[in-house]
Amino acid sequence: MSAGRLYSGGRIDREQPLAFSFDGRDYIGYAGDTLASALLANDVRVVGRSFKYHRPRGLLAAGVEEPNALMQVGEGAASEANLRATEVELYAGLTARAVNCWPSARFDVGAVLRPLERFLTAGFYYKTFMWPDWHLFERYIRKAAGLGRPSTEADTSRYETRYAHCDVLIVGSGPAGLAAAVAAAADGQRVILCEQDPQLGGRLRWDPCVVNGQSLDGATAAAWIDAQVAALAAAGDAIVATRTTAVGYFDHNAVTLVERVTDHLGPQAPAHLPRQRLWQVRAGKVVLASGAIERPLVFPGNDRPGVMLATAVRRYLHEFAVRAGERLVVFTNNDDAYATAHAFQAAGGAVVAVIDSRAAPTATVLQAARAAGFAVVTGAVVCGTSGRPVLSSLRVRDAAGNTTFFNCDVLAMSGGHSPTVHLFSQSGGRLVWDDTRLQFRPGDSVQAEVSIGDAASVDTPVAALWNVEGRGKAFVDFQHDVSATDIALAARESFRSVEHLKRYTTLGMAPDQGKTSNVNALVRMGELTGRMPGDVGTTRYRFPFTPVSVGAIGGRQRGELFRPLRRMPLHDWHATHGAVLEEYGGWMRPAYYLQPGEHPHAAEQREALAVRTAAGLFDGSPLGKIEVSGPDAAVFLDRFYANTVSTLAIGRLRYGLMLNELGVIIDDGVVARLADDRFLVATTTGGAARIAGLMEEWLQCEWTTFRVLVAPLTTSIAVITLTGPKARSLLQTVGVDFPVGATEFPHMSFREGHVGGIPALVCRVSFTGEVSYEINVANSAVRGLWERFMAVGAADGLMPVGIEAWMLLRTEKGYLHIGADTDGTTAPQDIGWGHVLKREVDFIGRRSLTRTANLATDRYQLVGLEPVDGAELRPGRHLRGDAVTSGSEGYITSGIYSAALGRWVGMAMVRGGYARSGEVLNGVSGSSTFKARIAPLCSYDPAGDRLRG
Amino acid sequence: MLLLHCPWCGPRDEPEFVCGGQSHMVRPEPWHAVDEATWGHYLFTRDNPKGVHLERWHHAHGCRQWFNVARHTVTHEILAIYRMDEPVPNAVAGARA
Ligand SMILES: [Zn+2]
Repeated sequence: MSAGRLYSGGRIDREQPLAFSFDGRDYIGYAGDTLASALLANDVRVVGRSFKYHRPRGLLAAGVEEPNALMQVGEGAASEANLRATEVELYAGLTARAVNCWPSARFDVGAVLRPLERFLTAGFYYKTFMWPDWHLFERYIRKAAGLGRPSTEADTSRYETRYAHCDVLIVGSGPAGLAAAVAAAADGQRVILCEQDPQLGGRLRWDPCVVNGQSLDGATAAAWIDAQVAALAAAGDAIVATRTTAVGYFDHNAVTLVERVTDHLGPQAPAHLPRQRLWQVRAGKVVLASGAIERPLVFPGNDRPGVMLATAVRRYLHEFAVRAGERLVVFTNNDDAYATAHAFQAAGGAVVAVIDSRAAPTATVLQAARAAGFAVVTGAVVCGTSGRPVLSSLRVRDAAGNTTFFNCDVLAMSGGHSPTVHLFSQSGGRLVWDDTRLQFRPGDSVQAEVSIGDAASVDTPVAALWNVEGRGKAFVDFQHDVSATDIALAARESFRSVEHLKRYTTLGMAPDQGKTSNVNALVRMGELTGRMPGDVGTTRYRFPFTPVSVGAIGGRQRGELFRPLRRMPLHDWHATHGAVLEEYGGWMRPAYYLQPGEHPHAAEQREALAVRTAAGLFDGSPLGKIEVSGPDAAVFLDRFYANTVSTLAIGRLRYGLMLNELGVIIDDGVVARLADDRFLVATTTGGAARIAGLMEEWLQCEWTTFRVLVAPLTTSIAVITLTGPKARSLLQTVGVDFPVGATEFPHMSFREGHVGGIPALVCRVSFTGEVSYEINVANSAVRGLWERFMAVGAADGLMPVGIEAWMLLRTEKGYLHIGADTDGTTAPQDIGWGHVLKREVDFIGRRSLTRTANLATDRYQLVGLEPVDGAELRPGRHLRGDAVTSGSEGYITSGIYSAALGRWVGMAMVRGGYARSGEVLNGVSGSSTFKARIAPLCSYDPAGDRLRG
Repeated sequence: MLLLHCPWCGPRDEPEFVCGGQSHMVRPEPWHAVDEATWGHYLFTRDNPKGVHLERWHHAHGCRQWFNVARHTVTHEILAIYRMDEPVPNAVAGARA
């Protein structure tokens, strides 16, 4: 007995045969097939192995609700795991493998577990592997668990994101959705209609439906669909998106769609199209026309290949011209499944029997069945199946308790239909139990949303039949191998809350989201615990309705675009002059400039020595620059800085600290007073955007009466820093139109004028301890100026200097680096700025500085460190005094070898460090130890003669 | 994903904004007259209602302006949006009572 293709019918294109392979074997399908229909047409009845027990499984469904046929599709970088065969459109050359089995679904080595089935009940892992420690077992269990395998190669596909807005978003294009879309469009509404299948029409494509009193079937249905599509097109701006699934319903009517643009083309996809497109839709109103999903019946052996949903058998017949077998038995608790028997017979199959759990099925339905010659057994149930592995016979128990056997290779079962309420549930709405129709359906809307058609309510009467007793496992959740006995076990062990049931048994989790299982499980739990299903309640369905690839979520934001790095105006010069560019605070900056054959450490030392002996040129363009202006600018900055700014004279610079309200140092920098009411504030590179934002926040939210403007200028001004004993003469050589003598242009002042003929603001401020000029010029002018300096300075030993040497130079001077020498607890008094406590004026964080904890004397305090016996003062190493034998009293925050001093220099946070000057601390580095002495922060030129020279 | 109506730019998606936490916090002053408990309360204590929450939002990827939002923490209903210098609208004050 076999399943196979009919000679005519279906919506496949018989002119277009497509070769594909499954589990290493070659098959032929047709354009219009899904992988599932093509497998069934080729009589492939075992399409996977179950998750826990490795039981052979066949197709249960024909749509997104398919729990068994999970496939690994494609090869190499394009390989994708856990696709449902019912959703994979066939293309030429498609390769698929069943997941969770090896070497094939038909012959699976993992099935050796099957004799252990009765031990692997719900909670097995929880109970068994708690002693002595779950982590001992975890590695092995994780290896055995899981379904498909992600590709280890980078995904070469392209993904896009699209934002869309509409008055009405309609989810689903069955008769209800399509009619709603046409009506809304005719009303002048901007409409988006999304359909997860390749064609519109939904159930109309395989079942007769009544639409507006008109009975549609086959050709009349196709004509009606075409007429609706034409009406939508005539309405102008309606967007119709097929192969597009609504996967998420979020706040304020935000709905996420995934459009599979080229998945159905496989390797033949044109290069200009993305593989998938993620839509973020904001809709005025959402119409959920998502239809209904048929429920399996829960009876022993209901997972045997050949046992299918009744509508699925019909859909394979009508849409794909595939008959699921030769001899059919129908098992139902409602009238709807009878249509499957009639369709199967019309397609040349034999209908062996219709087993109806109801004592008295609807008279007209019963008459039609008997007229067709079906053996209808009423008041009976299927209580067992057999067949290896595919169904060959089943056992039926009638009302009197007598059992009969029927030989068949397909069992079409129907436990009634459940409205597809996933998106409604995601929208925040509660489901209500309809005790007449025996279904959970949408309750009151909480967003601008309405469910229509089968998604609102399925009207076919259903008789209650939630569990058939008998020998063998009766499955509720096929995807997670949750059986009726697992639910009973959970009930016995008091996991009665629906949330506990879900976690204890894994019911309704993961890709499946309980599409076929939830209602059966909840009602059964209600029966076992004496509650109505509505009182058991439901878990909230989660995003996404069907699995979404990570690529689609990421869209274009991958690789270089994941977190775009900023480039400085001089980037190209650096890149062509040996610079090794690394990321610092989101900018690509030269770490050092390597000469041929040079080691990075040697480059860093060479560059630093050039600054000490001749001159260096440093690209400081990312330095934060904020112009603060207005009548209240000075008062505002007095509050924004921990130190006073308003007393600063025009033309002068002052170094300052910024705190948050906790009194913690968050940034530092130099402020220049350009005019009475105008300041240029410098911040750290990383703080540039943050500090400008904070200023706005304080001005807009707290000190709202201040008349102050904040203008972030960081990226519009380039900064090159010329530093070293030869800096002044080089500046003069290039040409400057104001006096630059040591007294005319002293340390911590600035001048506006021209450098090399270019308008510039020059600040005499130093991060190296040498005479330094920070030259601010327009971005467009910086390349020419930089090259002039390099040209005239080469003979004097001028060198470009990277970040690494810059850090060495400032460490020699004991200059603070926010975030390296400070952390989220460091207050001004911890870095030697106790004097700010004398300020009477309020400023951000002022009150926190006199908290009891802030006044403690054993706080971490920043001190200088010098090596004893040539120790290496590497950052992060811990320190403690002789009096302490375990634990840490501090750690090195900055430390580096100084060629200028011929030893390591360092800074450290040490408990009560100020009172411990000169103390020798013990350091620990792995298994070895070292010693270091607490010293002044500044190791190089402590008197500052070179700085002021 | 919330849809917030920036008072200056109109309706925009949530990713354009940053939530700055509870609004209408009163900064205790003058600093030398503020005891530790009061200061600690200002720094760390925040409302956490199941209901209407008054919070300030920043149109960070837009006009960069701050404004107040009255948001229901269960339904995410936006009851009101008002400028930083405006008082709590009467309707919102009523809903919170
Ligand atoms: Zn705005």
